[in-house]
Amino acid sequence: MADVKTVEKKKYSRMDFTSDQSVRWCPGCGDYAILTQTQKVFPELGIDRENIVFISGIGCSSRFPYYMNTYGFHTIHGRATAIASGVKIANPDLSVWVVTGDGDGLSIGGNHTIHLLRRNININVMLFNNRIYGLTKGQYSPTSEVGKITKSTPFGSLDRPFNPLTLAMGAQATFVARSVDRDTKHMQAMIERSHKHKGTSFLEIYQNCLIFNDGAFASMTNKESKADNVLRLEHGKPMLFGKENKKGIKLSDNVPEIIEIGDNYSIDDVLIHNEQDYVIASMLANFTYLDIFPDPVGVLYAIDVTPYDDLVVQQIDEAIGHHGTGSIKELLNSGNTWIVE
Amino acid sequence: MKKTLKNVENVIIRFAGDSGDGMQLTGGRFTETTAIVGNDISTLPDYPAEIRAPAGSLAGVSAFQINFSSKDIHTPGDKVDVLVAMNPAALKVHMNELEHGGMLICNTASFTKKNLTYAGYDSNPLEDGSLEDFFNVFAIDMSKIVLEACSDMDLPPKTVERTKNLFALGLLFWIFDRPTETTKSWLRKKFAKRPELIEANVRALDAGYNYGETTEIFMTRYMVDKADLPPGTYRNIVGNYAVSLGLVAAAEKSNLPLFYGGYPITPASDILHILSSLKYHNVKTFQAEDEIAGMTSIIGAAFTGNLAVTASSGPGIALKGEALGLAVMAELPMVIVNVQRGGPSTGLPTKTEQSDLFQALYGRNGEAPIPVIASATPGDCFYTAYEACRIALKYMTPVFVLTDGYLANGSEPWLIPNVDDLEPIEVKFADTSTLVDGQFMPYLRNKETLARPWAIPGVSGLEHRIGGLEKEDGTGNVSYDPENHHQMTLNRQQKINNIVNEIPPTDVFGKASGDMLILSWGGTKGSCRSATEDLQKESKLVSHIHLRWLNPLPKDLGEILIRYKHVLIPEINMGQLSKIIRAEYLVDAQGLNLVKGKPIGKGRIIEKVNEMLGC
Ligand SMILES: Cc1ncc(C[n+]2csc(CCOP(=O)(O)OP(=O)(O)O)c2C)c(N)n1
Ligand code: SF4
Ligand SMILES: [Mg+2]
Repeated sequence: MADVKTVEKKKYSRMDFTSDQSVRWCPGCGDYAILTQTQKVFPELGIDRENIVFISGIGCSSRFPYYMNTYGFHTIHGRATAIASGVKIANPDLSVWVVTGDGDGLSIGGNHTIHLLRRNININVMLFNNRIYGLTKGQYSPTSEVGKITKSTPFGSLDRPFNPLTLAMGAQATFVARSVDRDTKHMQAMIERSHKHKGTSFLEIYQNCLIFNDGAFASMTNKESKADNVLRLEHGKPMLFGKENKKGIKLSDNVPEIIEIGDNYSIDDVLIHNEQDYVIASMLANFTYLDIFPDPVGVLYAIDVTPYDDLVVQQIDEAIGHHGTGSIKELLNSGNTWIVE
Repeated sequence: MKKTLKNVENVIIRFAGDSGDGMQLTGGRFTETTAIVGNDISTLPDYPAEIRAPAGSLAGVSAFQINFSSKDIHTPGDKVDVLVAMNPAALKVHMNELEHGGMLICNTASFTKKNLTYAGYDSNPLEDGSLEDFFNVFAIDMSKIVLEACSDMDLPPKTVERTKNLFALGLLFWIFDRPTETTKSWLRKKFAKRPELIEANVRALDAGYNYGETTEIFMTRYMVDKADLPPGTYRNIVGNYAVSLGLVAAAEKSNLPLFYGGYPITPASDILHILSSLKYHNVKTFQAEDEIAGMTSIIGAAFTGNLAVTASSGPGIALKGEALGLAVMAELPMVIVNVQRGGPSTGLPTKTEQSDLFQALYGRNGEAPIPVIASATPGDCFYTAYEACRIALKYMTPVFVLTDGYLANGSEPWLIPNVDDLEPIEVKFADTSTLVDGQFMPYLRNKETLARPWAIPGVSGLEHRIGGLEKEDGTGNVSYDPENHHQMTLNRQQKINNIVNEIPPTDVFGKASGDMLILSWGGTKGSCRSATEDLQKESKLVSHIHLRWLNPLPKDLGEILIRYKHVLIPEINMGQLSKIIRAEYLVDAQGLNLVKGKPIGKGRIIEKVNEMLGC
């Protein structure tokens, strides 16, 4: 979201975005890191605090708005995206943020999520994916891997998970990105990019639930395994990863493969990331559940499409330009009328 | 032979035919002209749920009834005086409601062997003499006449044949002495791009009119004098249009942008259609992905300071239920219109019912009181929608407006209100002057109404968080304290109870005490009023009151109810208001409960009253 007026910006510090409510997540929960990074980066975004609204559904993650000293609305399970749509259309000058979980945004609220993405309303969605239902004490979620043993699946879950990023791509999202709770600087950058994108920004954040799904993303956060398992995307840069950035993604006959830079391959063989390429972004999104590939983080996809809320304003302006501003008196007296003396 | 002109007070016509025969259009045109002629009118469209039921089938019959009069009338009427049956199925379905001695006009061309069998006739009733004993039958080959009228035009016969409804309309215009010009100018507008269709339809209309004039079949014309309506400028109005205008009026009077979020559903969709055409009134319409999103989007819009509205029908209102609880908890102003239809489940989507009263009053988890106002007539939908907005904004609460399929699609001549006379709607958003020790208190209430402040995003210093979790009185912070929860439950209830102060003293039609009180709500008002008038003419001690607000109920209702020996509550449900009245006032109210997808006729009410009075 980038259209908030930028004249005479107020100067804020992290404290200005910290509310007086005590934070109630379990000690060590990944949500803390996300909150901290958000509070740190918001003063840099140049938005007047009173123009910021955080909307959430229900879940551990959805407690988020209580801790941000902005306007906030902790709503009902799954509906944050729909409520935020109402907020943004009602006042397009606001900077609207949705905080949702994998259950909230993809299970009970999945319908609203895909339709928000399709409409491309200028809203920033932060989806905290811990691959579990935290608040209800540990049932598997639509992003849990097959065979997951949880309270509701003592013999292992049977249903296949979906991948938030491929879902977003399929729903015609105009901005698709991912970050990880432990990667503080990267997360700040992703939040900033989300804000700058005009249209719906979909940012998935891998978040560790210490209590019910600890270590779900360990391979991406552990020092030893991180480099091999994370593909950090940057627009215009080659897709390199691994300890010394010696591994790369190469396309051979439109099929991705992993190459080692050295005797057989050079950096020129490595695919260059292009945020505007739908096919590449879709391919990258699909890496998530393919064990051989590293999991991508960063901006997978970002294209310019006029946001829905701008079009709403345009259409009203055009209608007013065409008819003049409506008056109820005129409207009441329009059509076939007759006088009774 | 000279034709005679007879004066009558009141006529009820029903146009019935196949879905493809254009009966709604015919009825609509007759209504428009009749309104302009100056009669009082009440109409009832009755169309099938299937868009394309098989041609000629009983399920595919579509009808439109109009009652017009030189007197003040309240309903579309029970039995009809004139039935236009364009095919055998229409005859079969509607014949029983034609008065004995009534006029039956049929298009013989569609009484083919196939159509007759389809409608379940062994022989042609127009030829076997089975109808003449009961009705005044006019069997006319309308299709042939319109084909002849357009024989010199280069149009496919099928297209010409489709103008036969205009023939029927023209004939009725002649019989009831009304001008054809309004319809002609309407045709010219409608088919502006197809002059040949204007020509064919106008010829069919004239052919019908001339048929009455020149043939010797129709010897009597009927005059219905102008009704003695209060002076002023009138228009014809249907309920869904009136609701939409009421909302736009409230938005203009409150100086708020109107935000409408909804999902299409019969019979409420027209509100979405109408409002989406009124963008130049600064109206935002949002066709959401489902009713839940319709409802939640308006919660977002209300939080942001718009006049937020949704409309739906029973199944959609059910989906909105959870979010309505949030609206109650968040104490935000918004209006929810339920255009009731036959239920449960998909039920009878195109038919009327009053069975969602309990849903409006109680259909939520927890103690979640929502004010409920119900429209009585198509034109009244304007005032109820307006009033609902006013109350929502003043008391910071969601408000239900109940209309129904009959009101939504029915019409009446409507005295256009003077906008300046509408009660003002004042909205004051919170500002920093309300801070307590520099702290904004989102749940610090207005002492008189108990409404909380409306603090919308964009105001520096009022940043605050609300939500569906129970909140501490005043601060709005999350609170699990039992005493606080009890107090907040009382506060939310008391705030709604306070709306009783907005309700004027109850208007009793008839004596202040007596043998029988008929109590109505919603669209049954007209039948109850007509029945009461008839009973009073027989010197029976029957009075009528109509409830506009169902929650809260008027202050004086309890003391009025006990002044009558009997209380009768006719409703198109199984006795929902009856149960409330019995529980609330310990009065032995009896119900007249007919759930047939159509308004309760005054005849049934009169019967029931006589039965209860032992006469
Ligand atoms: C209508 C409704 N159904 C069920 C619940 C119970 N519930 C609350 S949160 C939740 C799942 C939350 O999971 P997620 O969105 O992943 O959030 P997390 O707690 O993991 O952050 C459920 C099932 C509810 N609050 N409302
Ligand atoms: S249950 Fe899991 S997600 Fe919820 S607060 Fe605790 S650690 Fe965080
Ligand atoms: Mg989760």
